[in-house]
Amino acid sequence: MALSAYLTLAAIVFTIGVAGIILNHKNIIIILMSVELILLSVNINLVAFSSYSGDLTGQAFALFILTVAAAEAAIGLAILVAYFRNRGSIAVEDINSLKG
Amino acid sequence: MLAEQVFFWIFATILVGSALAVISARNPVHSVLFLILAFVCASGLFILLGAEFLAMILVVVYVGAVAVLFLFIVMLLDVDFTRMKQGFVQYLPQGILIAACVAAELVFVVSTWAIAPNRAAPATPAGTLSNTAALGEVLYTRYFYFFQAAGFILLTAMIGAIVITLHHKAGVRRQDIGAQVGRDPKAAVEVRKVPSRAGI
Repeated sequence: MALSAYLTLAAIVFTIGVAGIILNHKNIIIILMSVELILLSVNINLVAFSSYSGDLTGQAFALFILTVAAAEAAIGLAILVAYFRNRGSIAVEDINSLKG
Repeated sequence: MLAEQVFFWIFATILVGSALAVISARNPVHSVLFLILAFVCASGLFILLGAEFLAMILVVVYVGAVAVLFLFIVMLLDVDFTRMKQGFVQYLPQGILIAACVAAELVFVVSTWAIAPNRAAPATPAGTLSNTAALGEVLYTRYFYFFQAAGFILLTAMIGAIVITLHHKAGVRRQDIGAQVGRDPKAAVEVRKVPSRAGI
């Protein structure tokens, strides 16, 4: 396959992730899943470039992105659990204590 | 070459379809399951690209840990998900508009670049080193500090998640090791002289 096929696929998945954040703006769990989709599309880009340029740097950085994505998911879901325990709701429109 | 194309189209189609299902499914549990399907398809694409180690890591870390964590949270929290689905149709035009803008930018970027038609020679010619060994050689030498930083990020995330979710219930009796060790015989034992037939 040509490199542009992988790039197009990654662009489509990225766009779906961005659309998912906007469409599901009330459900923070789906928002986190959309962020995971976006990071996945970035990883596809990095690995495709790495494979087509014959350089392992892209794969090394894809590994670091994977690390950060895992850390982000763990912290985000921990915050969700703590918030749900305190407030009994995780609807995004209810999370406005910092609005002042 | 033909098999590669066939598998690329299979994986790409399922990936896009399951990504769409992630953002449009009514039930968040279905969203998580479609997210797992998307990760598996992406890992198949990574194998097509010759990145076997990352493909396996994607299955182990994402499907095995992150997606299951999502599933666990969705099932653990008793949330009214129908209320959260309300604005979906209302925000559909804005969502499609912004998605179209992003897609147009990405198409512009991809289409204006001239991409070399052929793959460059792989960093590790066939038969010399496996992808895993080659990645390890890069990771432990050139990107050693990045690798250490990634480890620290994971450690911070782990400690942070524990600290955030840990909470002590009030009114539960717990072992107080300091108080136990700090006791001495004078405080712990009282010697009384009990008179005969009188009791205490």
